[in-house]
Amino acid sequence: MTSIIQVTNLSKQYRIGRREVAYPTLRDALARTLRSPLQKLGGRTAGDEKIWALKDVTVNIEAGEVVGVIGRNGAGKSTFLKILSRITEPTSGRVELYGRVGSLLEVGTGFHPELTGRENIYLSGALLGMKRAEIRQKFDEIVQFAELEKFLDTPVKFYSSGMYMRLAFAVAAHLEPEILLVDEVLAVGDSAFQKKCLGKMRDVAKHGRTVLFVSHNMTAVNQLCSRCLSIADGRLVLDGKTAGVVAAYLQAGSGGGAESVWEDIRRAPGNENSKLHAVRVKSDGRIKSEVDIDKEVEVEVEFWNRRPGARNLCVTIDLLDSNGTVVLSTGTTPAANALPEKWFDKPHPEGLFRATCTLPANFLNEGLYYVTVYVVTLGPLTIEVDAPHVLSFRVFDTGVLREAGGGGSWAGVVRVRLPWTTEFVPPQTIPNAPEQQIAVEMKD
Amino acid sequence: MPAGDTSFSTKPLITIQAGKPWPTLQWRELWAYRELLYFLTWRDVKVRYKQTLLGGAWAILQPLLTMVIFTLLFGRLAGFASRTGGVPYPVFAFAGLLPWTFFSNAITNSGNSLINSANLITKVYCPRMIIPGAAVAAGLVDFAIGFILLIVLMFYYRLTPGWGLLLLPFLVLLTVFLAVAVGMWLSALNVKYRDVRFAIPFVIQIWMFLSPIIYPTTLIPQKLRFAFLLNPLTGIIDGYRAALFGQPMNWVELTSSTLITIFAFAYASFVFRRMERGFADII
Repeated sequence: MTSIIQVTNLSKQYRIGRREVAYPTLRDALARTLRSPLQKLGGRTAGDEKIWALKDVTVNIEAGEVVGVIGRNGAGKSTFLKILSRITEPTSGRVELYGRVGSLLEVGTGFHPELTGRENIYLSGALLGMKRAEIRQKFDEIVQFAELEKFLDTPVKFYSSGMYMRLAFAVAAHLEPEILLVDEVLAVGDSAFQKKCLGKMRDVAKHGRTVLFVSHNMTAVNQLCSRCLSIADGRLVLDGKTAGVVAAYLQAGSGGGAESVWEDIRRAPGNENSKLHAVRVKSDGRIKSEVDIDKEVEVEVEFWNRRPGARNLCVTIDLLDSNGTVVLSTGTTPAANALPEKWFDKPHPEGLFRATCTLPANFLNEGLYYVTVYVVTLGPLTIEVDAPHVLSFRVFDTGVLREAGGGGSWAGVVRVRLPWTTEFVPPQTIPNAPEQQIAVEMKD
Repeated sequence: MPAGDTSFSTKPLITIQAGKPWPTLQWRELWAYRELLYFLTWRDVKVRYKQTLLGGAWAILQPLLTMVIFTLLFGRLAGFASRTGGVPYPVFAFAGLLPWTFFSNAITNSGNSLINSANLITKVYCPRMIIPGAAVAAGLVDFAIGFILLIVLMFYYRLTPGWGLLLLPFLVLLTVFLAVAVGMWLSALNVKYRDVRFAIPFVIQIWMFLSPIIYPTTLIPQKLRFAFLLNPLTGIIDGYRAALFGQPMNWVELTSSTLITIFAFAYASFVFRRMERGFADII
């Protein structure tokens, strides 16, 4: 049997030089034409550096498979999806698709702010490849899913961002192609709606459609996908069962260490406003990759602020367990900070800042944890630094939470020492009930 | 609909590979996406006059006011008014301004259509030609509204069309194809060279004065007539007048316009198809 998607030696090259010159002008083009014969003699110019966004990717995907695609920012995942959706052409290689393709690379593609919700459903549906009859047939279902019956005839420019996202996803969720390509679109909306979207995706998968799902959300990938591809530097590095690929990806990404330092600021994660300098895990005042369960853990984030006077800068960390599930997310906003925050809304001078978060002792369960670091500017939200799982550390069980002789590990993501009280409630008599029933009650 | 049955054909539905040096026009694909063309056109029409006081009235006001201005300026010039073939100057000018307004708006809108749809181009696949195409098609509504005013003017001046009127659909088609050709070409260049955006208004201004819109072709010295044949609008605009006012059709001009339009369309679509591969990467 033929695979529904066949990718052979797929490569895509970008010129970095050209990217920097955002809008080449005719004058440049003329000048280049005049220079070009000389250029051929003199070899390549410095501005003409080329990178492979995708290199020799070969993979077959069977009908009905739900495949996750993971990798760091800039690894080539999105390029891969863009080629499969025919948005951009490969430099070499070949893809054969044996089915109708629907791609969902952005929520709300083609929405026009001046048009009403009703009109946008038709427009967006058509852009995503639905026929008019198909949209009409699913119209009520879409409206119901978005929960926007009352606002159908309001221009979407008056919608809140949540409403906008709901409507946009509702249209996309009702696409019914044989092959569905999805890029990181579940990262929007409130958590209730995200859950609904995930549910819808699961339905889509159950109906035997082939899905390619690009995401940073390891929990979603774990839940949805049976198979997973891991892409790094444009190459397909792993292809297999999701759990194994995710674990290996997290391990590789963290460098296995308790400290990541970027000495060369040009290679550090971040943008022109902020750059990451270092992330460390400390316990007992020392950098440690293995920490005792009964010791506090400090996560230290150092970043360069390159924009004098920047305000509302917030350092956020996500703590992930070895499956990629986010255990907690915390940051330096005054609302989330247990201590009075000194810098958040003050103008930050240019230079290095260090934010330190203390995780309490006797809090995390034993196991491997990964740290994802963001630096964001709030209101409106801009992500300045996005560094997924830059380091890892292992929480070690010292046996402090067990009595002598009580072996085995505890269940749960966290293992917190909580206040318990036990009282003796003096009963008059123990009710005289048959043995069996008591046993059942105890099981509950 | 159980998509689970995997009885798909052994021939791939879609093959993706690096582009061929000589791209084809992808008629079948364009046909498959005709509904999207309709929706994009419909969007442009709906959005154009949103949040304006006069709304669709602008479709009439634009050529009407231009007509009034030109009538005041040139209506009394002996050279202009006496060579219109007996047609009063205001309606003569309007008959030229109507297709011209359509044409100039069409190439402006479609010339800028791709860069205004950057978010679509980087996120959705569709035959890219649909985008400048829809921008031209959206102007047809205004064009039709303008025709109503033209009919009113013709009644007022008691002008009756002759058999030439049968050629009108062909002339409209020719105008549309020429506008699509120019618009599509400009839009593709615009993606790469943003100079185009600034050049368009300038080109339009010059083109207007080089076409027999506010003056009759008969005003042009015989020596220069040949040069005017190279402007496809000459034959088209004169064609409209001949069709509407029952004047003799200038077949030489019309044939020349038709041939140039066909050539322009073929060339523009070839250039467009060659350049569209890079759109998503450089827009």
